[in-house]
Amino acid sequence: MIPQNSSNLEKDHRLNMRRTVLTRIHMDFLLLFGLMLLAGIGVVILYSASGQNMDVALRQLVHLAVAFIVMFTVAQISPINIEFWSPWLFGLGLILLIVVLVFGEGKGAQRWLDLGLFRFQPSEIMKIAVPMMIAWFLSESHLPPSQLRLLFASMLLIIPTILVAAQPDLGTSLLIACSGFFVLLLAGLRWRLIIGSFILIIASTPLIWHYLLHPYQQRRVLIFLNPKIDPLGDGYHITQSSIAIGSGGLYGKGWLNGTQSHLDFLPERSTDFIFAVFSEEFGFIGILLLLALYLFIIIRGVIITAEAKGTFSRLLAGSLILTFFVYMFVNIGMVSGLLPVVGLPLPLISYGGTSIVTLMAAFGVLMSIQTHRKLIAS
Amino acid sequence: MARTNSITLKDHIRESLLVNRRLLIISLMMVVFIIVLILKLAYLQIFSHQYYTTLSEKNRLAILPIVPTRGLIYDRNGILLAQNLPSFSLVIVPEHVKDINSTLSDLSDLVTLSDEDIKRFYERLKAKERPFEGVPLRFRLTDEEVARIAVNRYRLTGVNIKPELIRHYPLGPLTAHSVGYVARINKEELRAIIDIANYSGTSHIGKVGIEKSYETLLLGQVGIQHVETNAQGRRLRTIEPLTTKPIPGKNLYLNIDSKLQAVAQQAFGEHSGALVAMDPNNGNILAMISMPSYDPNLFVNGLDTQTYQALSTSLERPLFNRSLQGRYPPGSALKPFIALAGLELNRISDTNTIDCPGWYMLKGDDRHYRDWKKAGHGETNLKKAIVESCDVYFYNLSHTLGIDNLHTYLTAFGMGRKTGIDLKGEVPGLMPSREWKRRTRHLPWFPGETLITGIGQGFILATPLQLASMTATLANRGQRFQPRMVYAIQDPANETLEISSSRTLDAVTRTDDLNWETIINAMQEVVHSIYGTARRINIKLPYKIAGKTGTAQIFGIKQDEEYVEAEVSKKLRDHALFVAFAPADKPRIAVAVIVENAGSGGAVGAPIVRKVMDEFLLEKKG
Repeated sequence: MIPQNSSNLEKDHRLNMRRTVLTRIHMDFLLLFGLMLLAGIGVVILYSASGQNMDVALRQLVHLAVAFIVMFTVAQISPINIEFWSPWLFGLGLILLIVVLVFGEGKGAQRWLDLGLFRFQPSEIMKIAVPMMIAWFLSESHLPPSQLRLLFASMLLIIPTILVAAQPDLGTSLLIACSGFFVLLLAGLRWRLIIGSFILIIASTPLIWHYLLHPYQQRRVLIFLNPKIDPLGDGYHITQSSIAIGSGGLYGKGWLNGTQSHLDFLPERSTDFIFAVFSEEFGFIGILLLLALYLFIIIRGVIITAEAKGTFSRLLAGSLILTFFVYMFVNIGMVSGLLPVVGLPLPLISYGGTSIVTLMAAFGVLMSIQTHRKLIAS
Repeated sequence: MARTNSITLKDHIRESLLVNRRLLIISLMMVVFIIVLILKLAYLQIFSHQYYTTLSEKNRLAILPIVPTRGLIYDRNGILLAQNLPSFSLVIVPEHVKDINSTLSDLSDLVTLSDEDIKRFYERLKAKERPFEGVPLRFRLTDEEVARIAVNRYRLTGVNIKPELIRHYPLGPLTAHSVGYVARINKEELRAIIDIANYSGTSHIGKVGIEKSYETLLLGQVGIQHVETNAQGRRLRTIEPLTTKPIPGKNLYLNIDSKLQAVAQQAFGEHSGALVAMDPNNGNILAMISMPSYDPNLFVNGLDTQTYQALSTSLERPLFNRSLQGRYPPGSALKPFIALAGLELNRISDTNTIDCPGWYMLKGDDRHYRDWKKAGHGETNLKKAIVESCDVYFYNLSHTLGIDNLHTYLTAFGMGRKTGIDLKGEVPGLMPSREWKRRTRHLPWFPGETLITGIGQGFILATPLQLASMTATLANRGQRFQPRMVYAIQDPANETLEISSSRTLDAVTRTDDLNWETIINAMQEVVHSIYGTARRINIKLPYKIAGKTGTAQIFGIKQDEEYVEAEVSKKLRDHALFVAFAPADKPRIAVAVIVENAGSGGAVGAPIVRKVMDEFLLEKKG
C-alpha cells in the first residue's frame, strides 16, 4: 500500500496529468520525439545533399509539416473506427488501382491519377489499406486462422500486389506484399508454409526472371551483382555511393563536407541515395547513432504492438512497424550494396511528398492504437 | 457495429500470446538483419576506409563517356556523302556556374557572341534534359578563340571547351533526301531510346533518310574512361588501364551514284518532282532525287526559327521526300502493264485492232471518255496503242479486263504495296478495288472508274519509287527485287566490307514469254519510232531504251471544254512522267521520273531520263 501523503498524491496527480495532456490529443510522447528527431536530421542532411539548397530544405519542411498534421489527424481516429472502415478503404483502393491501370499516366509507368489539381498514387493508399484489410479479416474469427481463411487472406494480399506490380512499380508492390505478409505472419501463419513458399520462390527464380521481370528490372539485378557493367547508369550510383560511404570512415567528414559533384545526382536517384551522403559526412559513429534512433522508434512500435488491446490493433500495429523496418533496411542495404537497387526512399529522410505522408499516417495509426487503449479495454 | 462475438476472453489472452510470440521471433530476426547491415557498413567504413578515401576527396574519380565516331557514308564509288568534321564548341555547365549572366558577359569579351547565339543558348538551357550536361553556347570556335578561353579558364568555372565532331554533308542538297541528316536529340526521341547509356555524351541522332534508318549501325558503342578531377571538376588525368575504347560506328557504302544524282538534279532545273533510278538485276537504288531540295547541313546544329519556317511552309515543300512519299497518278505510264495484263490473261492478242475516233463510250452511258488526241488515232493495235499512247484502246482494254483483274495483276507488280526499301517513311500508294471503295467510300465500284484506272488516272496513286520498281520488274521479265539503298557495311577497324545481298520479292508469273517481249518491243518503239511519244530523245542514241511516257491529269475538265496548257495555272497543269529501262535487251538501269506541272511526259520527262541513262551507260571519254 502506498502511503497517500501529500507529496505522493501530487506525484500521482502530475503523472496523471501528463498522461492526460498528451493522451487527450492522442500523441505518444516517445514515438513523437523519435519521429521529430528523425525528421529534423533528415532536413539537415537534405540541405547538405542538395548542395546547400535552402529551397529544397524548406520544401521538405512543408512536406513534413503536412505529414505530421496527417499523423495527428489519424491518431484521433479510434481503432474501432479504423477497424470499421478497413474494408471500405481497401475496396476504394482496389478500384482506384484498376482505374490507374486503365487511365493512369506517368513516366512510361502508370502510377498516377491526374486529378487536375494534383496527382495522386493509389498504391500509396494500399500500403496501409492492405494490412488493415487483412487484419480486419483475420480478427473476425480466432487465431491462428483456418486454412480457408488463410487462403482468402492471401488473396487479399496477392491481388493488390499484382495490380501494383503491373503498373509497373515493383518496389511499392513488394512493400505492400510485405505489410500484408507481416499480418499473416503475426496471425499465426505456420512456419512450415513460410519456409515452403520461400523454397518455392527460390526454385522458380528462373521462371520469375524470364516471365515476370521487365528488362530494366533484370538489368538492375545484373548491375547489383556487378556494378561495373553499367558504369554510366545505375552501376555508377552504386559505385559512387560505396566510395562516399567508405570515405566517411569512423567520424565522417563533417556536415556539408561531402563531395557533391562526386555523386552527380540523377533526379530519380538523389533522394534514394541520401544515406550515402549521411555516411560520408557523419561516419560510422553517425551511422550507429542514426540506426539507434531508427531502432528506438521501432522498439517503441514493437512495445505498442505488444501492449495493444484487441487482435485487430495488434496485428495492424505489428505489420506497420515491421514494414517501417523493411523500408529502412532495404534502403540502407541498397545504398551500401547489400541489395539491388529497388528505388525505395529512406523513411523520413529522403526528399519526398506522398511517401512521407503515408508513412506518418501509419504512425498515426500506431499512436491511435496506443492512446485509445482504455477505450478498447472497456 | 455488429460483430460475431464468438471469441472468448480466454481466446483473447491466447491470441495475444501468439502474436507476441511471433513478434518476438521477428524482432530477433530484425536484430540479426541490423547486425548484418552494421557489419557491411563497418566493412566499408573501417576496413576499406583507406581504399575509398583514396578514391574520393583527394583524387576524385569521374566516369565519363567517350563518344564513338559516327560511321561515314559513301556512294558506290567511294565519294564521301557524310563525314565528321572536327570543331570546338563553347559549352556551359549551368550547375557549375554561379551567375550565368555575368559569365556570359565575361565570355563575350573573349569570343564573338551574337544576339542569336545568346538567344538560342537560353532556349537550349530551358530545354535541357540531363543534369550536369553542358549547354552549347557557340560552335566552330576559331583557334584564337579557343586560345583565349584556355588562358582565362581559371576564372571561368562551369565553362568548357568541347572538342566535337560535327556531321557534315559535302554534297549538301544533292543527298538531303537519300542520306538525310542528324540533328539534336529531342525529348520524345530521348524517351524512346532503349539503350540510353550508349547515347551518353552523344547529342545527335539521325532524323531522316539513311541516317535514321541505319542509326544503330552508324552510332557505334560508347566508350568509358575513368578520369581524375580536382574539386572543381576539371580533369587532371585519365586512368588509362581502366579505359574501355569506344567502338566506332560502321561505315556505309550506298548504291547511290552521286554523279548520277548530280546529272539528274541539274536536268530538273527549276522544276519540282522526283526521280528514282534502280538496277533491275538486284534492286540497287542508283539515284534518288526529290526536287526542290534543301541543305541538310543547316539542320545539324539547329536552324533558327526563321529559316525553318521558310523551309517548312514553302509551297514547293523542299523538306518533303517525293520519291518515297509523293503519291501521283501514274497516267499513261501505266499502260504497258495493263497491256501486259491483257496479253497474259488472254483477253486480247497483239493483232487485235480497234478503231479510235478520239473518244469512247460505255453501253448505257452517254458520257464521252476522251482521248488526248482529239481526232483519235484511227485503227490501232496493241503496239500502236503503246507507242502513240492511245487512251481509247486502253479504255476498251480495261473494260474488257475489269477492275478485279486489273487490281490483281497490278498488285502483283507492286502497285499499292510498299516496296520495303531500307528507308523509313515509305508510303504504299493506292491500288483501288471494289473492296477498297466499299470500305472507304461506302459506295460500289462504277464501270467508268475502271476505264479511268486503265489510263492511270482516278483513284490510283503510286510513288516514284514504286514506279521505278515496277519498271525494273518489267525489265527483268517478272523477277522482283527489293529496292536497297545500302550496298555494303564496312567495319572501320579492319576495313572489311560486308556486302548486302539482294533480296528477291514474289515474282510476277509469266504465262508466255512472248507477251513480255511484245510489250518491251512496243516500249522500245515509244522512243525509237518516229511516231513514239518520246521520239525527241532518239537523237544520237547509241543504245536501245524501252520506255513509256505519261501525262497525269491533276484536275478534270468539263465534257466539252478543251485543255489549253497555257491557260491553266501552273499549279493545275498536268504532271509529266516517264518510265524507262535500258539497254532494252539486257537492262542495267530502270528509271522513273515525275516532273510536276510540266505538261508532257515526252517533252519534259524523257530528256531527263536520257541524260541520266547516258551518264550511267556510256563510257567516259578522256
